[in-house]
Amino acid sequence: MLILSSLLLFILLAAARDEFQEELVIRPLHSGDIYASFQFRTLWDTDFLQEGQKVSHYRLFPKSLGQVLSKFSVRELHISFTQGFWRTMQWGQPFIPSPPGAELWVWFHDTVSDVDGNWKELTNVLSGIFCASLNFIDLTNTVQPSASFKPLGLGNATDHRFLRYATLPREIVCTENLTPWKKLLPCGSKAGLAVLMKSEKLFHSSFHSQAVHIRPICQDEQCSSKAWELRQTLNVVFDLHTSGQGKKEWSLFKMFSRTLTEACPLASSSKVYVDITDNPELFELSPATPLLGQAVVLGDRRTYSVYDLIMPTSSMVLSPCALGDMLRPLLHAERYVAGFGLQTGEIHTVIYNNHPYRAFPVLLMDSVPWYLQLYIHTLTVTSKSRDNKPSYIHYQPAKDRHRPHLLEMLIQLPPHSMTEVTVQFERALLKWTEYTPDPNHGFYVGSSVVSALVPSMVAMRTNFTQDQPLFSSFVPVKEESSYFVRVYTEPLLVNLPTPDFSMPYNVICLTCTVVAVGYGSFYNLLTRTFQVDEPSPPLSKRLANLIRRMRGVPLLT
Amino acid sequence: MGLLSDPNRRKALTGLLTRLNTPICIVCYLAGIVWFMGLAFEPFTLRTYMSENAMGSTMVEERFSSGERALSLAKEFDPPSACCGLNGMPVEWLVKAMQSRGLEVFTQSFSRKLPFPDENKERYMVRGTNVYGILRAPRAPRTEALVITAPCSPGNTNNQAVALLLALAQYFRNQIYWAKDIIFLVNEHDLIGTQAWLEGYHHTNITGMEYSPLQGRAGSIQAALSLELSSDVITSLDLVLEGLNGQLPNLDLANLFYAFCQKLGVLCTIQGKLQRNDWDTAEGYTHAAQTMMLMVLKQACGRSWGDHGLFLRYHIEAASVRGINSFRHYKTDATTIGRLLEGMVRKLNNLLERLHQSYFFYLLPSLSRFVSIGYYMPAFGLLAVILLLRALDLWVHLGAPALAAVDGVTEPSSPGVLTVLTPVVISHLTGVALYLLPVHLQEMAVEHFPVSETEAVVLTAIAIYTAGLALPHNTQRLLSGEGTEQGWKVLKLTALLYLAVLLGCTALINFSLGFILAVTLVPITASITPHMPKALYAVVMVLLSPAFTILYCVFIYQELIEAPVSVSEGWMLFLSVISQGILDHALYGSLVYPLLALFIYPCWLMFWNILFWN
Repeated sequence: MLILSSLLLFILLAAARDEFQEELVIRPLHSGDIYASFQFRTLWDTDFLQEGQKVSHYRLFPKSLGQVLSKFSVRELHISFTQGFWRTMQWGQPFIPSPPGAELWVWFHDTVSDVDGNWKELTNVLSGIFCASLNFIDLTNTVQPSASFKPLGLGNATDHRFLRYATLPREIVCTENLTPWKKLLPCGSKAGLAVLMKSEKLFHSSFHSQAVHIRPICQDEQCSSKAWELRQTLNVVFDLHTSGQGKKEWSLFKMFSRTLTEACPLASSSKVYVDITDNPELFELSPATPLLGQAVVLGDRRTYSVYDLIMPTSSMVLSPCALGDMLRPLLHAERYVAGFGLQTGEIHTVIYNNHPYRAFPVLLMDSVPWYLQLYIHTLTVTSKSRDNKPSYIHYQPAKDRHRPHLLEMLIQLPPHSMTEVTVQFERALLKWTEYTPDPNHGFYVGSSVVSALVPSMVAMRTNFTQDQPLFSSFVPVKEESSYFVRVYTEPLLVNLPTPDFSMPYNVICLTCTVVAVGYGSFYNLLTRTFQVDEPSPPLSKRLANLIRRMRGVPLLT
Repeated sequence: MGLLSDPNRRKALTGLLTRLNTPICIVCYLAGIVWFMGLAFEPFTLRTYMSENAMGSTMVEERFSSGERALSLAKEFDPPSACCGLNGMPVEWLVKAMQSRGLEVFTQSFSRKLPFPDENKERYMVRGTNVYGILRAPRAPRTEALVITAPCSPGNTNNQAVALLLALAQYFRNQIYWAKDIIFLVNEHDLIGTQAWLEGYHHTNITGMEYSPLQGRAGSIQAALSLELSSDVITSLDLVLEGLNGQLPNLDLANLFYAFCQKLGVLCTIQGKLQRNDWDTAEGYTHAAQTMMLMVLKQACGRSWGDHGLFLRYHIEAASVRGINSFRHYKTDATTIGRLLEGMVRKLNNLLERLHQSYFFYLLPSLSRFVSIGYYMPAFGLLAVILLLRALDLWVHLGAPALAAVDGVTEPSSPGVLTVLTPVVISHLTGVALYLLPVHLQEMAVEHFPVSETEAVVLTAIAIYTAGLALPHNTQRLLSGEGTEQGWKVLKLTALLYLAVLLGCTALINFSLGFILAVTLVPITASITPHMPKALYAVVMVLLSPAFTILYCVFIYQELIEAPVSVSEGWMLFLSVISQGILDHALYGSLVYPLLALFIYPCWLMFWNILFWN
C-alpha cells in the first residue's frame, strides 16, 4: 500500500513536471493572403541523456521521439517539411523559416563517438516516424556547417563535428507526413487547436510547412535545471484570391472548414492571436475580444487580439481586411542559375539589405551537390558594383560521390544595397546508373541559407519569461538592438547532360555492328598471313592426275 | 573485308568506281532529289503521335470563358493608350492590369543600337520595356516555369493577344492546380525585347544588348508559347516552329497544338497551309510538297520566325501561335483561342520532365504528318556521297603517276604545299572581308556614295562578293609559278573534302540549309576542271553560287506563299534578305551569315580558282 501510494505520488510529481501549450496566430498579409501559424509546445524537465537513468514513463511527451533522443544521444533536433516557397517580399518574415522540401539538422551530444553512424540510423528512424524519404539523406548531401547553425537551446556547443545538416529539396509533403506529425500531439487532432488541421484544407493553400524542434532549455530564469522542449509548428498561408472569390473576408470555418470549440484538456494554455497591427480600424473582428496583447517579434511591435480558449467566449473569427503598405523585409535573398547550355553555368545568389542606413553582416551557407563542380576561384562577391571581401570563408570542396561542397561566408551588407555572390560551375557527367528515374527533369540544389542578426526597429525583449507568446520566443534574443533572421533562397533545378535513355537498344545494335564489321575485319587484316598461292591446275590436268594416281604412274606437275 | 585485303579485287573495285564515277554521281544526284521530293508523299511519311506520357492521355477540361471580356479589354487597351502604336507600350497600364489580376509584376528596360538601320522595321536606336507578371503556383518552390508571351511592337496591333493574355492570367490565377509558375510576358520590339528578356533571365550577354537586370525569376523555364493575333477576325491558327539557326522545338509541342485544334474544332494550319486529305491526287501531293518546301526554306534561312525562336537556344521548347484571317467561312472566337491556350498550358503544366520524348529533327508536310531525321538524311547523304566519290576518283588518279611515266613524259615532282595553301588562304581572306567589311565600312560608303546605311552595307557585301570573283584566281602562280595538272587536282581534292565536311556539319545542325546548299553546289563543284570552256562554265558557276542560291530561294519562297514577285521586286527582296541576315547575326546570333561568308563562299571560290587554273 505504501509502495503503491508512493508510486502514485511519484507519478503525480512526474506529471506535474510536464506541460503543454498550444497557440494559433493568424496574420492577414499585405498580399491579401492569410497566414496561420500553429505552435504546440511540450515542456518536460527530465534528462534523456543522463547516464544510468532510463526514461520509460511518458505522459505528454511523445514516446517515439523520446526514445529516439536517448538512443542516438541527440542534443538538439530540428526537422521541417515544407511544400511551397515562403515569398518574403510579399509576406514578410515567417515566425520560423524553413526551406522547400525537407530539412533536418541535429546536434549530437559530445559523448557520441560515431556521429556519422548515429546520423545514418537517426535519419532512417525519423524517416519511419514521419513517413518521409529522409532515408535518402546520406553522406552525399550531409554537411557540417561551421557557423550557420548554432544550437538554439541550452549549451554552447561549438564543435561542429557534432552537427549534421541535410536538406532534401525534392521532398514532396503531403497528408501522409501530416498524420504522423499530428499523432505526436497529446490530444492528437481530437481536441484543441489541432481540430482545425484538416488536411484537405491545409493542402489547399499557397504554402504549407510543418516542423518539429526539440531542444534543451532552461526551466527558469536562473537556469537551475534543464527541461526538454518539443515545439511542433505548422505554418499555412491561405490564398484568399482563389478561395474567396475576390472577397477580402475570412473566417476559421472558411479556412479550415472547422471551428474551434474547446481547448485541448491537457493544455495549460490555449490561445488564438489575431494580428491587427495594420490598420486596426479597418478590422472588424467578431466576436470582438477585450484582450489585446502586444509582442515584439522579428524586430517589429505587433498588436494582437487574443482569444483564450481555456476561458472561451466564442469561436468564430470574421474580418474584412484592407491592404496596407507593407514594411519591406529588411533582409531578402534569391538565387538563380545563369547561362545556358549543358556544360557550365553560374550560380547567382542575390542578397538584399533593405535597411535604409544600417549595415549588418550575414552568414551565407551554400551546400551544392558534387555533380555541380564549383570553380571556387571564380567566386565573386559584389555589392554596389564594388568588390566585397568576405571576412570569413569556410569552404569544403566536394568529393565525387562522397560529399557535397560546403561554402560558408560572412559578408557585410552595406545599407540599402544588393549584394551578388556568383560562382561558376561545371556540370558533371554522371554514370548512367546515377541518374534519377526522370533525368530530364533536372537535379535539385538545396536552398542556400542566409542567417543574420538584423537591426531591430524596436527594442527586443531579452529577458526570458514564460508568459510571452510562443511565436515570439523561439529564437533566444541576446541583445536588444537586433534579432535573428534566417532566410532561405529558392532551390535550384539544374539540368545535367543526359543521355537519351531510349537509346540503349540502338546503342547495343550499333556497337555490335561496329565490333562485328569494323573490329572483326581489321583484326582479320592484321592477323592474316598473306602468301602468294599457286594458281590451281586446270580441270583436265586434275582429272588426268586422278587417273594417273589410280594407275600408280608419277603425277603430272 | 576480304574485298580490301585482296589487291586484285580492290583494284577492280576502284577501277569500277573511277570508270563509272560520272554515271554513279549523276544517279546519286537524281536519287537524292527524288528522295527529297518523295518525302512529301504521304505514304512515305509517319503520322504524328504524342510521345510524352504526361501530355498524352491525361484529361484536361477547358473552362476558360472570358473571351468576350478579353475583346473588350483589347478595345480598352487600344485607342487611348495606343498600345503598340507610336508611343510605345503603355507600361504603367500593363503593370496595373497585371497587378490587379494577382500577379507579381516586374519590368525590364532595354536598349540596343542596331549595327545599321533596319529599313524593314524602321528602327535603329531601339529602346523599350518588357513587362512580365509571374503567377506563382501554390505550394511550388519556384523551380519550374512556363512562359506565355505576346509581342507588342509598334506598327503591328497585337492588342488582342495582350488582352487575351491578361484574361488568361485572371482565369489562371483562380485555379489551384498549377505546379509550375507561369510567366506572362509582354515584350516590346518583338524579337529584340524577347532577346533582352531571355538574356536578362539567364544573365548572359551574347549580343551586346543593354538591359536592366530582372528582379523576379521563377526557376528554369520548361516551355514557352508565343501568341500573335494581328487581326480582329481570326479564322484559323497557324503554328510557327522554325527558330534561330533552324532549330525546332520538340515535335510534341506541335502534336499538342494539333491535338487541341482537333479537340476544339479550330482550323489549324502550318506555313499558312491547310491540310488536305487527297494525298493520292497530284494536287494533294503538290500541296504537301509546297508545305514542306516552305518549311525547308524557312528553316534554311536560320532566322527566328517568331518570338519563340529565341527561346530554343536556352533549351526551352517554344512555338508561336499566330491568328490568321484568310479563310472566309470560318471564324474562331477569342474564347476558343483562350481555351486552346488553356488546354496547352495545362498539359505543359502536367509535364514531369522537359519535353524530350519526341523528335527534335523533323520536317512537316502537314500538321498530322512528319518526316523524321532518319527519312530525310539519306536525301542529303546521296548528294554528299557525290563529293566523296569525286574525291576518291581524284585520289586514285593522283596516286597513279606510273601511267604518266610510261608515256615518257617527265612528271614534275608533286605540287608543293604552297600551290594549295595560297588559294585556300586567299579565298578565306576574301571571306573574312565579306564578313567584316560591310558593317564596318558603312560610314565610309555613306560618305562617298549617295546611299543609306542599309543600302551601303548590302551593296558593300555584294561588291566584295563580286570582287572576290576577280581577285583570287591564279593566285598560286605568284608563289609557285605555273599551275600544274597535279596542282589543281590536289586543290580540288582538298576543296571537295572541305565542302563535304562543311555541308555535312551544316546538315546535321540545319538539314534544310545543308540540303539547299548541296543541291546547288554539288553538281558544279563535282564536275569542275580547268579544261572546260571557261566562259560558259564561269556563267554556270556564278549562277550556282551561294548568292544566287539566296536569290532563287527568295523567288521560290514568294511563289510558294502565293505572292509572286516581279524581277525588280525580287531583287529588292533579295537585298533586304541580305541586310536581314546580317542584322540577325548581329542581334540574335544567327549563324547563317558567318557560315556563308566565312566558309561556304571561300570554299566556292576555291572551285572558281580551279576553273581558271593555268
